[in-house]
Amino acid sequence: MSTSSAVLTRPAGRPSGAVARSADLRLFRSEVRLVLGRRRNLALIAVLCCFPVLIGLAVHHSPTTPGDGPPFLSQVTDNGLFLVFTSLTVLLPFFLPLAVAVTAGESVAGEASIGTLRNLLVVPVSRTRLLVVKYAASVVFAFVCVAAVALVGVVVGLVLFPHGDVTLLSGTTVSYGEALWRSLLVLGYVTAMLAGLAAIGLFVSTLTEVPIGAMAATAVLAIISQIADSIPQISAIHPYLFSHPWMRFGDVLRSPMSWHGLEQGLLTQLAYLAVFLPAAWARLRTKDITA
Amino acid sequence: MTAPVGVAERAPAGPDAGTALAIRTTGLTKRFPGGQVAVDAVDLAVPHGAVYGFLGPNGSGKTTTIRILLGLVSATAGQIELLGEAMPRAGATVLPRVGALVEGPAFHPYLSGRDNLLRLDAGDRTVPGRAARARVDSALERVGLTAAAGKRYRKYSLGMRQRLGLAAALLRPRELLVLDEPTNGLDPQGTREVRHLLREASAEGSTVFVSSHLLSEIEQVCTDVGVMSHGRLVFQGSLPELRAAAGVRVRVETSMPEAAATVLTRLGTGRPELRPDGVVAELGTVPSDKVTADLVAAGIDVRQLVVERPDLEDLFVALTGEGFDVDE
Repeated sequence: MSTSSAVLTRPAGRPSGAVARSADLRLFRSEVRLVLGRRRNLALIAVLCCFPVLIGLAVHHSPTTPGDGPPFLSQVTDNGLFLVFTSLTVLLPFFLPLAVAVTAGESVAGEASIGTLRNLLVVPVSRTRLLVVKYAASVVFAFVCVAAVALVGVVVGLVLFPHGDVTLLSGTTVSYGEALWRSLLVLGYVTAMLAGLAAIGLFVSTLTEVPIGAMAATAVLAIISQIADSIPQISAIHPYLFSHPWMRFGDVLRSPMSWHGLEQGLLTQLAYLAVFLPAAWARLRTKDITA
Repeated sequence: MTAPVGVAERAPAGPDAGTALAIRTTGLTKRFPGGQVAVDAVDLAVPHGAVYGFLGPNGSGKTTTIRILLGLVSATAGQIELLGEAMPRAGATVLPRVGALVEGPAFHPYLSGRDNLLRLDAGDRTVPGRAARARVDSALERVGLTAAAGKRYRKYSLGMRQRLGLAAALLRPRELLVLDEPTNGLDPQGTREVRHLLREASAEGSTVFVSSHLLSEIEQVCTDVGVMSHGRLVFQGSLPELRAAAGVRVRVETSMPEAAATVLTRLGTGRPELRPDGVVAELGTVPSDKVTADLVAAGIDVRQLVVERPDLEDLFVALTGEGFDVDE
């Protein structure tokens, strides 16, 4: 043991603005590193990235042009870029929500279950700041998942399939560069769609100290929403389901882009954010941390 | 870690030393939703600069009290002041000045010891980020973990985990350290090192509030003591006061117990108890040499005179009414 060193300064009472902001950034980076550094999360991303490869190989090796199958599949042989969209279509109902449910469900409950929540709170990280950082990291993780799938899709598409001008769904043809730019919009839209689920997961995560429970509950809610969305008898509630507008990203691939559906989709997610983020805050703010 | 040095002089505490208390609670009560009262009208008074031993058997409400002090658990009733400011309202400004270890160490198993501390350091909005690494390394050095800094936490032994918990509390100089069972799971050498750390922190001017279910582990470093039992604070005072409360008794072996009892009563001891071979009485404030002189002067054949100081551990058990049983 040594006596305290000179680098330590006497604590000042009130946080100064610049120092506080840089600390907020450090905490956010630490959180993102924690999420992206977990082997399980990396494995999830790796599994997601297998899909564009598998689909690409399957289409490449099949003798006939696929007629039936997921949307955009038949366009893949015309232009490899469609591998991105067909992969997202395949992954959006289950695997992407699962990845988001895992990180969002774990966010608070995971820290509570191993006891690190109490350490953070006495640092002190205020409960509000903790939720903001946790939520932001979950959304970042969702984006990384979607972006990884897209990146692998683009690369596999370039390797296995033609990559000239892209014929959009509306029949118009745009340059590959323009189509790439539209793909970025698709990434943004899909991430925003998952942000609603991440907010639900964050709230569920504040209810329990068992992370696996929060993950499962969040994933189940994503499935229930989609099942409800497929039952025509209850079509009245369909517009309010958070999964209802998920698949609308195809609208980006029309010319002109049809913004209306996309806007509705974003508004739906905003509504879920507006409900579940305050709910998570209200829950955590008053919670006794006994773990 | 090196061998402990002697106890340093108690350094002058904060600016309001003597006037204010480092920790003060009034009527602190916690009733959990199930109706169980974990903390029952506790009035803590921890002076600035003290090393305050917070004692009690497992389950007596120590950890819940500590959690309330730090704002982790809300109190059902009562007021809390840490370093002169009301908690939990002033948490953002007070807690950076408080180093805490609550209910054993807890860290991310897949991160190294250093990364775990960097994460906690990042949460502190009152310190500049550029010195983070220096703060963390200095804290690791203080607890002797420099060599294991890059190792994953899950590979740490229990002793190393406990030390990492202490390092987190020592990330920066603190005006107050709140340490919950810091010697839990440590071997005798580790326990001694923790005591040394406490002395060192105290010498640097920190007030130390340390809980333990074993009085013997912290008796040597404490200046003040609070004893919890079944959610209540059953004793609070300085260590000499605790010793006084222990009831020093004098035992006189003689063939003339009645005569000896008369002398003792005249001297103002507690009511003497007659025994076949002599007499026993609470000594109170009577000096023991006066007892000897008066007995001899009264012509009593004193075969042996013993001043009995009960072991503090015995007193502790007497106060809390606990042996190995755990409070419900």
